[in-house]
Amino acid sequence: MKSPSGSTTRLAQVKQLAGRFAFASMVAAAFALMLLGKADTVLVERMRGSVTDAVTPLFEMLSRPAATMAEFVDNVRNLATVRTENTRLREENAKLLRWQSVARQLEAENGQLRGLLNFVPGPDAGFIAARVVADTGGAFAHSLLVNAGARDGVRKGQAVLAGDGLVGRVAQVGQRSARVLLVTDLNSRIPVLVESSRARAILSGDNGERPRLNYLSDSMRVEAGDRVVTSGHGGVLPPGLPVGVAVQAGDGWRVEPFASRYRLEYVRIVDYGLSGILGPAEDGRAVGSGR
Amino acid sequence: MRPSVFQRLDGAARNMLPAGVTLLLLILAQIPLHLPGVANIMPPLALIGVYYWAIHRPDLLTAGSAFLIGVLQDLLAGLPLGVSALVLLLVQGIVAARRRFFLGRGFGALWFGFGLVGLAASLAVWVLVSGLAGALLDPRPPLFQFLFALFLFPPLVKLMGHAQSAFLKEA
Repeated sequence: MKSPSGSTTRLAQVKQLAGRFAFASMVAAAFALMLLGKADTVLVERMRGSVTDAVTPLFEMLSRPAATMAEFVDNVRNLATVRTENTRLREENAKLLRWQSVARQLEAENGQLRGLLNFVPGPDAGFIAARVVADTGGAFAHSLLVNAGARDGVRKGQAVLAGDGLVGRVAQVGQRSARVLLVTDLNSRIPVLVESSRARAILSGDNGERPRLNYLSDSMRVEAGDRVVTSGHGGVLPPGLPVGVAVQAGDGWRVEPFASRYRLEYVRIVDYGLSGILGPAEDGRAVGSGR
Repeated sequence: MRPSVFQRLDGAARNMLPAGVTLLLLILAQIPLHLPGVANIMPPLALIGVYYWAIHRPDLLTAGSAFLIGVLQDLLAGLPLGVSALVLLLVQGIVAARRRFFLGRGFGALWFGFGLVGLAASLAVWVLVSGLAGALLDPRPPLFQFLFALFLFPPLVKLMGHAQSAFLKEA
């Protein structure tokens, strides 16, 4: 190595200074991004949309082997409980068959009564099935990426269901991917009501397993185990979608959701809006980004 | 003697290894594993990549690439924009400046260092996300997430060490 002469040390100093300046400006840029994200501009959403669109094919590829492995583990674990499970399912089946006949009766009666009242039914709901390809955010954000987007008819705000209940709603839409904000996410606020007493509340996620029931209109009339369903207030989600059951917690009422995050493999996105699900893709894009 | 086109391409591909591996870790952390409880505490694995390469090859995973990987993580993971960008940038900057301390001290020091850096990073993300949301988050999931990252650190570092000695011998 050469001994450092005056000009080389000066050059090194300038380089170090430039490096520090670049570092400081990147720190400033990070804070600027936070402000930009907080302002929630269309730009940020479009950026998120294009990034998820670009990575979704890769996720689709990678999530399949993971799902297969999980299925295998699940199968092995289930072998032990298959007998008791079978008895339980038989009992449940008998119970459900009874319920089915009750539901048929009620459906017929409902149809007759609606005919008498000239009832105007709401628009029929369309379903879009999508596969969960990524489970993002870890402890700090509860969201999923699914492999259906604007070109499949997914719009921002639509309800997302799994077999057993409400999972969340569509928060951001790309062309072929969409982000689902789970009901447990910190930013999730869903108007709900307690099914038996019709007490209203706002279901607020806090990144925990069980979201809180805030602004409960009548907390005296809630009992542990009551079903909680969407109320349809605000006009974003249809009324009556099952969310979970009420449980008492130290700081008030919380809801144990029917759908659990780790088990979600396929979800149904409910299109309840007035626009048909088979509209042109360009139209969908405009609706999706305009809201 | 000037290197041939092939040699230069080969060199460029090798030099992209640290950033490429870190991007792969970023993607892998988002894969749904369908195991109970894991999704809520899945750590951002890119943090381990940035930490490792800031010590071993800060010339190949620069502050700029750490920043960009952070932005990508924010966009993909649905975190508030800028949070991971800031945290990964600071981790790269601080660790690269102290890298002499870790080099040649063995795995224990590396792991211990990650314990400190990871805890500070989790705390920083917790403060930033809470601040931006205007609500205090439950600190338990981030804590478990950090412990899980600590648990995943040894195997991932072993793999990255193998990749480094296979493709980046001159370092």
